[in-house]
Amino acid sequence: MRGTFVSTLVELATEDERIVLLTADLGFTVVEPFAERFPDRFFNVGVAEQNMVGVATGLAEAGYVPYVYSIATFASLRPYEFIRNGPVHHRLPVRVVGVGGGFDYGTNGPSHHALEDLAVMRVLPGLAVLAPADFEQARAALLAAHALPGPVYFRLGKDDSSRVDGLGGRFRLGRAETIGAGGDVLLVTTGSIARNAVAAAQALAANGVEATVLVVASITPSPTEDLAEALERFDAAVTVEAHYVDGGLGSLVCEVAAEHGLPCRVVRCGVRELEPGRSGSEAYLNETHGLSVEKLVATCTAVASVRERL
Amino acid sequence: MPSAQHVWKADRVTDRPEAFAREIRRIVLEQSKRANVGHIGSALSIADLIAVLYCGVLRGVGTDDPGRDRFVLSKGHAALALYAALHLCGLLSEDELDSFAGDGTLLGTHPERELRGIDFTSGSLGQGLSTACGAALAARLDGSERRVFCLLSDAECNEGSTWEAAMFAGHRRLGNLSAIVDVNGQQALGYTRDVLDLEPLADRWSAFGWDAREVDGHDHEACRAALQEPSLDGRPRVLVARTEFGHGVSFMTSRIEWHYLPLDDEQYRLALAEVAGT
Repeated sequence: MRGTFVSTLVELATEDERIVLLTADLGFTVVEPFAERFPDRFFNVGVAEQNMVGVATGLAEAGYVPYVYSIATFASLRPYEFIRNGPVHHRLPVRVVGVGGGFDYGTNGPSHHALEDLAVMRVLPGLAVLAPADFEQARAALLAAHALPGPVYFRLGKDDSSRVDGLGGRFRLGRAETIGAGGDVLLVTTGSIARNAVAAAQALAANGVEATVLVVASITPSPTEDLAEALERFDAAVTVEAHYVDGGLGSLVCEVAAEHGLPCRVVRCGVRELEPGRSGSEAYLNETHGLSVEKLVATCTAVASVRERL
Repeated sequence: MPSAQHVWKADRVTDRPEAFAREIRRIVLEQSKRANVGHIGSALSIADLIAVLYCGVLRGVGTDDPGRDRFVLSKGHAALALYAALHLCGLLSEDELDSFAGDGTLLGTHPERELRGIDFTSGSLGQGLSTACGAALAARLDGSERRVFCLLSDAECNEGSTWEAAMFAGHRRLGNLSAIVDVNGQQALGYTRDVLDLEPLADRWSAFGWDAREVDGHDHEACRAALQEPSLDGRPRVLVARTEFGHGVSFMTSRIEWHYLPLDDEQYRLALAEVAGT
């Protein structure tokens, strides 16, 4: 989605002169198309994420629409208080772009694993939190969010080629996108890991378990009605996110179920505890934390079989 | 006989910075006493600096003009001195001023952008200079003559983020940006030299690419001149303003406890009498 981000931004910036791009010295082979096209509107601020967000706040107050770019952990966690006191409290249109949700930067180790960003971002009122599932949806989300008067956090994946089957690039603010219409189990997912959730649903179908997948790219504004409507129809929902299980999508789904008084069991798939010191490929880490297609199939099968016994 | 407008202009307190500063000190004492809050010493140390800024330096104060100068009070805990200035400029009524630190007020003990005349919310130290850098960069991109001023505390220079911003402004040669560091030498729990020594402070700013000037932060003429003269080689400018914590109230000067303490009745009476003579 990195390439999609920059190509879409170039497109937007051609029409909208308010757009500027700031990077904290990341984005090699990514940001160049923007930098070359708009050299006066591109700023490498150096390895200084706090200052980057502060500078963006000052620019936005004067009418600019700054996109600030870094790896998701550095974009969200290091300057968190700057985001809170800056664009969020000032209600200014700064777009914080974090690349590499979950274990995208697997072999780089835990410092690069973005497992808390959705949780900490979604508690900030007025901040849109968007985690598209593939590059097509990322493009739609960038276009849809551009006109928002307030701040936005984008959690983008690195992958610029894979598609989530059946999604077709659909995105609406405050809505969930549905893939499939199975009645046995509900999967709710967000971000790049949606690919595994959809693949799991396909594998389940081959085993006779029919699933519906809800892709929640618009974490905030939350698709509360879509979630409630779906949770009402199922006995069990499985949430799938490359994130700690607390505070992210799984928590959002639990909140909706509880607040609507819905008798739907929620099984949260995600990261519960890291193995100290261990890193590896994204696939290895997803497998380790129950997020591989096989592990998700096993979880969903168990959930569905419980339902059958009831 | 001068016209009414001339009379009004001649009486404008913004034409008399010494009186303006004295009025700031009086309001700081009155309002902090009424609201029973502290941060008095920090507000008093910048009364003269605020007076200089609001008496002829800042352009377009309180207007919606996009070309107005921007001011960031990065040491937000001294907001009361800023509210006093906004009141003296006619932007805040007496009633609004009297809502300071009250329930539902826009005049909290740290400034809020929702209040007319405030461009940026502040209160968390180490954030204001970055924002000011962004405002200065925006002015450059706009081709605007507007300038940006940022008033920091000395202890705020403990924050690493202040130096991120300093490096950025120096590198980008943001000559339309002026920082003022209120070097009153005190922070919450002690003297800055004991907590985390900042010296040689001007040299440190110079090393980051700034035109650094040491001034007496209570000398209006010196401060005004340092802010108005062209900066060296188009660099961002910083006034390392040596000030007295609690300036104008003898029993507060250099006393750590006045970072937080409110005034009792007797202290209030003494303090008011002293600032009336400044």
